[in-house]
Amino acid sequence: MSSVKIELRKDQVEKIHAFCDQCGNEPGELINILHRTQEEFGYLPAEIQEVIADKLALPVAKVYGVVTFYSFFTMIPKGEFPISICTGTACYVRGAEKVLSEFKKLLDIQVGETSADGKFSLSCLRCVGACGLAPVVLVGDKTYGRIAPDDVKEILEEAGGARTRGQGD
Amino acid sequence: MTNRQLRIALRNCGSINPERIEEYIAGNGYLSLGKVVTGMEPKQAIQLLIDSGLRGRGGAGFPTGLKWLYAMNSEADQKYVVCNADEGDPGAFMDRSILEGDPHSVLEAMAIAGYCIGADKGYIYIRAEYPLAIRRLKIAISQAKESGLLGENIFSSGFSFDIDLKYGAGAFVCGEETALIHSMEGERGEPSLKPPFPAESGYLGMPTNVNNVETLANIPVIFEKGADWFSKIGTEKSKGTKVFALAGKVNNVGLIEVQMGTTLREVIFDIGGGIREGKKFKAVQTGGPSGGCLTEKHLDTPIDYENLVANGSMMGSGGMIVMDEDDCMVSIARFYLEFSVDESCGKCAPCRIGNKRLHELLDRICQGNGTDADLERLRNLGEVIKDTSLCGLGQSSPNPVLSTLDNFFEEFESHVRDKKCPAGVCRDLLEYFILEDNCVGCTACARACPVGAITGERKELHVVNTAICIKCGACMEKCKFDAVVLI
Ligand SMILES: Cc1cc2nc3c(=O)[nH]c(=O)nc-3n(C[C@H](O)[C@H](O)[C@H](O)COP(=O)(O)O)c2cc1C
Ligand code: SF4
Ligand code: FES
Repeated sequence: MSSVKIELRKDQVEKIHAFCDQCGNEPGELINILHRTQEEFGYLPAEIQEVIADKLALPVAKVYGVVTFYSFFTMIPKGEFPISICTGTACYVRGAEKVLSEFKKLLDIQVGETSADGKFSLSCLRCVGACGLAPVVLVGDKTYGRIAPDDVKEILEEAGGARTRGQGD
Repeated sequence: MTNRQLRIALRNCGSINPERIEEYIAGNGYLSLGKVVTGMEPKQAIQLLIDSGLRGRGGAGFPTGLKWLYAMNSEADQKYVVCNADEGDPGAFMDRSILEGDPHSVLEAMAIAGYCIGADKGYIYIRAEYPLAIRRLKIAISQAKESGLLGENIFSSGFSFDIDLKYGAGAFVCGEETALIHSMEGERGEPSLKPPFPAESGYLGMPTNVNNVETLANIPVIFEKGADWFSKIGTEKSKGTKVFALAGKVNNVGLIEVQMGTTLREVIFDIGGGIREGKKFKAVQTGGPSGGCLTEKHLDTPIDYENLVANGSMMGSGGMIVMDEDDCMVSIARFYLEFSVDESCGKCAPCRIGNKRLHELLDRICQGNGTDADLERLRNLGEVIKDTSLCGLGQSSPNPVLSTLDNFFEEFESHVRDKKCPAGVCRDLLEYFILEDNCVGCTACARACPVGAITGERKELHVVNTAICIKCGACMEKCKFDAVVLI
């Protein structure tokens, strides 16, 4: 579980309760509720899982079991610019591994981690259905195709630069 | 060259606006649903489907009509129709394209299935990673409801049918039908032993018919044009067409739909335009992590369910990845196995532990520490995992390894006996070398080397001391004259 304890505000708890209510507080709707909650909060820390478990009258262990089973759910907050590298077969055959190591090297983080400044997080995906553009990298909603290790620096600068500029004005 | 491409499942993709139900209807859409619910008995409709010879496109190739018949014969107050849109095979996107390009064909087929088996509720289990497909489906469902093609009393026949979405959350094993059903129920997506099959006891314990997206997309046309029309296409036991996601080292990548019985050569060289950059064809992988690697000698084999299995691969959902001389088959086998290790749900030991051990063996071989006994172990362990795993994931996960052992044994031998990777992929088996012809003695490499493995005077040939070299590649990156190579 994540090491930093977070305090959920009252309105945040209410929001989670509302999601549960909309799904009829059905344990069978757990995955749906988790999807909505993650969409809202960006991740599913232990504290949020406790609120959901409580509301659906389920053991927290059960909720935790589901959260950790599915790779779509994360207990670590994503970076401001979440980077996903496709390691599906088409991308692998066209050199995704080398692109991934370049990201790891430049960001100095491993897959599943977020950089210390909270700016970038790194994850792997299995096929985003753009195999024709392999290897494929996603930064937020933006898709980059036919990426070579040499392009990685530029991608990071583009994302990071956009933010610095945004802060300037 | 005969043109073996024929669009049945993809008939509307790209040619109609998927967000307008009118365009689907204009192409005879929902005609089959009307025909079935107003003029056919469920038994009669199922017989037509059996006669057509349609088999499941989700992997195993089970006859669709028979599956419906079992679900129909299961007595229960409530039954369900489920569309499997989990499409987890990495490197495949047939189902996504159908859902995005022609969502109504899937809805129409689900309603027909509902009528035939006696269900009034359908669910589409779709990957959360497919936001556009989800949006298009939502639009399609609401348009169909507004038009009275879903909902109460469809075509005034007294038959009612409704469809909702359920979301996956990134677990490959949830494509397996029992795992999928557990996931729909809000549980961890772990498979359970069959029987009971979902047709007897599925979602919430009720008879449930699970079909793949592409399977469903074929159904409205079959009812429109008849079983005879469909069964004339394809081979003796595999009817119709199959959509493949052609990718990898071919010139033309993308979705193709070909008649069953088309050869791999026709797909790769005629439709795919041959291998990129004039390189040599080496292997083609079908069936994703459950399939195998086929080689030169299989190129003229007609593609159908039986032939692929007989050659150590399988149809799977339709991923088709082409590899050329630069691909190392040991690494490819390891890549697929890594996927299976990641995605194993952990419920049964052969798959959870066995695949991990298989992966370690392959790791060792790629690092140059493999022995002849390891090759033997790979095969034995692979067979045991296949025989003893609980679900289809474990039962097929060793296929990429076993098929490469069968078809590329020499390559394994080179890794093990000569400690060489013939394709030049396995880093641990390669050495950095400076080409005399290209080296100008600029000293850039020697300065870049973190361990001082490169020596040489200015303006003279430099040499890598392989005993010290840690294979970081810094020299190769720095060299402006392409003098540093890996061999
Ligand atoms: C590990 C595993 C993954 C599977 N993934 C999928 C999938 O992504 N999509 C799919 O339609 N079927 C998948 N299947 C096959 C389903 O279990 C099931 O056979 C299929 O959905 C039945 O539909 P069909 O008869 O129309 O092919 C998978 C099976 C296994 C064992
Ligand atoms: S074979 Fe693998 S995926 Fe299937 S039940 Fe066993 S551990 Fe789970
Ligand atoms: S394998 Fe990367 S997009 Fe399909």
